[in-house]
Amino acid sequence: MNEADLVAVVLFIGVTAYALFGGADFGAGFWDLIAGGPDRGEHPRALVDHSIGPVWEANHVWLIFCLVVLWTAFSEAFASIMLTLFVPLTFAALGIVLRGSSFAFRKSVLRTRDRRTFGAIFAVSSVLVPYCMGAVAGAIASGRVPSGGKAGDAWDSWVNPTSILGGVLAVAACAYLASVYLVWDAKRLEDSSMVEYFRRRAVAAAIVVGGIAFAGIFVLHSDATYLFHGLTSRGLPLVIISGLCGIGSLVLLVRDAHSGARFLAIGAVATVVWGWGVAQWPYIIPESLKVEQAAAPSGTLTAVLVVFVLAAVLILPSLGLLYVLDQKSLLSTDTSEAIPEPAAE
Amino acid sequence: MRCAVLDLAPVTLAVNPVPWARSQMAFTLGAHIILVPLGVAWAFMALVANYRAIKHNDRDARVLAERWSKYMAVTFAVGAVTGTVLTFEFGLLWPKFMGRFGAAYGIPFAVEGLFFFAEAIFIAIYIYGWKRLKPWPHFWTGVPIVISGIGGTVSVVAANAWMNEPSGFTLNRAGKITSVDPWSVIFNKAMPLEALHMLVAAYLVGGFLVASVYAWGMLRGRRDRYHRIGFLIAFSVAAVASPFQMLVGDTVARWVYDNEPTKFAAIELVPKTKSDVPETLLGHLNSDGTVSGGIPIPGMASILSDPSTGTSTTIQGLDSFPADSRPTTAQVNTVHLAWDVMIGLGTLLALLSVWYGISWLFRRDMPKSKLFLALAAAAGVLSVITMEAGWVVTEVGRQPWIARNYLRVEDAATANQGVWITFLVVVAIYLAVAAVLILVLRNMSRRFRQTDLDESDVPYGPRQPPSPHDATAVKA
Ligand code: HDD
Ligand code: HEM
Ligand code: HEM
Repeated sequence: MNEADLVAVVLFIGVTAYALFGGADFGAGFWDLIAGGPDRGEHPRALVDHSIGPVWEANHVWLIFCLVVLWTAFSEAFASIMLTLFVPLTFAALGIVLRGSSFAFRKSVLRTRDRRTFGAIFAVSSVLVPYCMGAVAGAIASGRVPSGGKAGDAWDSWVNPTSILGGVLAVAACAYLASVYLVWDAKRLEDSSMVEYFRRRAVAAAIVVGGIAFAGIFVLHSDATYLFHGLTSRGLPLVIISGLCGIGSLVLLVRDAHSGARFLAIGAVATVVWGWGVAQWPYIIPESLKVEQAAAPSGTLTAVLVVFVLAAVLILPSLGLLYVLDQKSLLSTDTSEAIPEPAAE
Repeated sequence: MRCAVLDLAPVTLAVNPVPWARSQMAFTLGAHIILVPLGVAWAFMALVANYRAIKHNDRDARVLAERWSKYMAVTFAVGAVTGTVLTFEFGLLWPKFMGRFGAAYGIPFAVEGLFFFAEAIFIAIYIYGWKRLKPWPHFWTGVPIVISGIGGTVSVVAANAWMNEPSGFTLNRAGKITSVDPWSVIFNKAMPLEALHMLVAAYLVGGFLVASVYAWGMLRGRRDRYHRIGFLIAFSVAAVASPFQMLVGDTVARWVYDNEPTKFAAIELVPKTKSDVPETLLGHLNSDGTVSGGIPIPGMASILSDPSTGTSTTIQGLDSFPADSRPTTAQVNTVHLAWDVMIGLGTLLALLSVWYGISWLFRRDMPKSKLFLALAAAAGVLSVITMEAGWVVTEVGRQPWIARNYLRVEDAATANQGVWITFLVVVAIYLAVAAVLILVLRNMSRRFRQTDLDESDVPYGPRQPPSPHDATAVKA
């Protein structure tokens, strides 16, 4: 494996982390969106707020990471993607602004009406952004982004079967991940009604994601042949693992055994992301730009790898600390909890 | 799949994207940069208060630190999302710049990513940790925020400095980058001074902004100890930074004189190369190359450019550069006006700091006069204007280059003709977010005042009184 391949792997680690952490965040927004009116939805919304509160910002830095690695190490690919997919990426960027700020504002305002306005903006943009990201992934994977500084079609590039599949799958997978995490969080907070609430939704989401993925096989077969062949050859083991993880998590969820379900759900989503990467190998933009050709000179690649190693040494433990403190409720903001003082553990 | 409207769209909406892309970039950067000093300097000030609180068991300082961290939660969130938009914009607006030079220009951003990560992680721990973490460990989780704020600023500005002074790469005949030396990309010649100047600006602006709120409160009669500490911590940071900034700025100016002659000619409004150049306050350049209006201070620009040669220092004029590689007349006037604003307001802020310093020196107390408080209350906004003006000098003064002497702005821009639409949408959204942000911060402060220590309605903020003894303390 040469340097360029390594950096491509680093990029995919970033994409996976964004899908798993950022994705769960978006998914929580999806459940917020469909939680119903202010009374009925109050309880689940409170849980959503509680569980994404401390971690959302860190979760979204993964996106910055991906963009920066892409533009530094594979500048030409970055330029082509941005040129062609101007529309969905603009929507995504604006959605991120609206989502982040309305989430921060929502809890600082007191009037119910204002809360609902911000809550609605937060929830709608939580669906819009992953849809756009999924559509972008679909556009890239189905070879609709030309390389060499030319822009592909501004609309057809992301309004096509594979992009729609990508968008819908992204939204559904985010919702699936979020519901599984929320079951876990509710359990940790000993909130049994919410455990049941999200468990049922997790089961439904798992079935929907499975269905979309199955339908996706036919879409890719006719619309994204390179990817389809990759997925059915090199990528096949990953596809199979993903399917098994998905089924496994479904079984566990139905049976009420949540903790295992969480890891299997992570496995199911992560392997799909990796399946995508492996299937379009060796291309960074299928059939027009190979990883090798797009890669920056070696000085740059080394710099990116050094930064990545530093991140692994410095940032991962910090992230771990954040998650551990959060899971131990040392960062909790939940009013329903008693406050032991001082809380040393 | 396509509908008729979409087919028509490209024809009816065809508008040259370059001016719109410039405007959008400038607008979003100008907005983001206001939040930056808060993210960088406020954490430091909160830690100062936090330290006092633990060390001297100072309850007012404790409440202050905690409330500051809660406001930060909101401004940090908005800073982070507006920063994310910038990341997209580099691709959406300047794809040909990123495509050609990303391999070099991207490196400082990769480093910056590390700092942002650390900042986002520790800010979450710090803000959420008031209730359950022990005081000293909690204090220490704040320190990485300060460090990464500094690191982040230095690395982004390194990227900007690279645009002024591209280095650390080789091009082949076709103009493609063939090798990169990351070290010289990051530590390009313009980087050390520019980064220092911006870093000091961040502390200066952050200090004045926060202090101005408390000065305002004092003017309205809230002269309790809590307001006083809030003012003193923030204003002291600014008061140290601003005289120092004059020295740094002066050094930067000489660096620009030596290395970026077109920018310098625009700054000093020098149409023709000569010595004994006056420092013209205000005034403007006409399209025929004459300067009219303004108050010239004889010989001053020459003296400041190189004191060792005094008035005989020659300054290269705009006409010694081809018209297509120097700023246009309108841009020169923009740069010069922005320069006057930065220097004028910067001097005013430094004088205000000197007043404060003298008062401490001789009376062991801050100045109490209404005039001082009124000026201090205005200093927040004024310092933001100063910083924005400085950026206009840097950015417009670099024109027509995006990467000086390597790539022109119009060759870097996207060909996408819908940029004017995104510009308008972005402006509308940002204005709405800004208005709501201000309302939310004001409401928080009003609520803090009314209920004293009601912690329950802040994003991420601790929801319970932080610890029993503090809660009772504040009610007193
Ligand atoms: C609020 C703060 C502030 C204050 C009081 C000053 N500046 Fe400044 N200045 C900035 C904030 C700033 C800035 C916004 O931070 C800039 C833009 C880019 C940068 O690195 O700093 C800047 C840029 C900038 C530049 C252009 C640098 C370049 O393009 O490479 C020069 C020559 C100066 N400054 C000089 C001065 C002088 C001589 C000052 C005082 C006498 C001064 N500045 C006060
Ligand atoms: C690290 C920080 C920054 C970077 C990397 C950066 C980068 C850029 C880029 C790529 C452009 C477009 C190309 C060009 O017109 O030269 C630009 C233009 C511009 N930026 Fe910056 N910028 C930074 C900070 C700022 C800030 C804080 C402001 C605040 C006002 C600002 C104001 C402008 C303006 C006014 C333009 C338009 C110049 C013109 O076209 O005449 N920049 N900047
Ligand atoms: C002088 C220029 C700049 C400085 C000093 C600066 C500094 C900061 C800081 C301190 C933050 C953390 C959030 C906050 O505290 O508000 C932040 C956020 C951010 N900035 Fe800037 N920034 C600058 C310009 C830019 C530019 C040109 C970009 C474009 C790539 C950018 C991208 C970002 C991003 C992506 C974030 C969000 C990171 C997160 O999620 O934590 N910044 N910036």
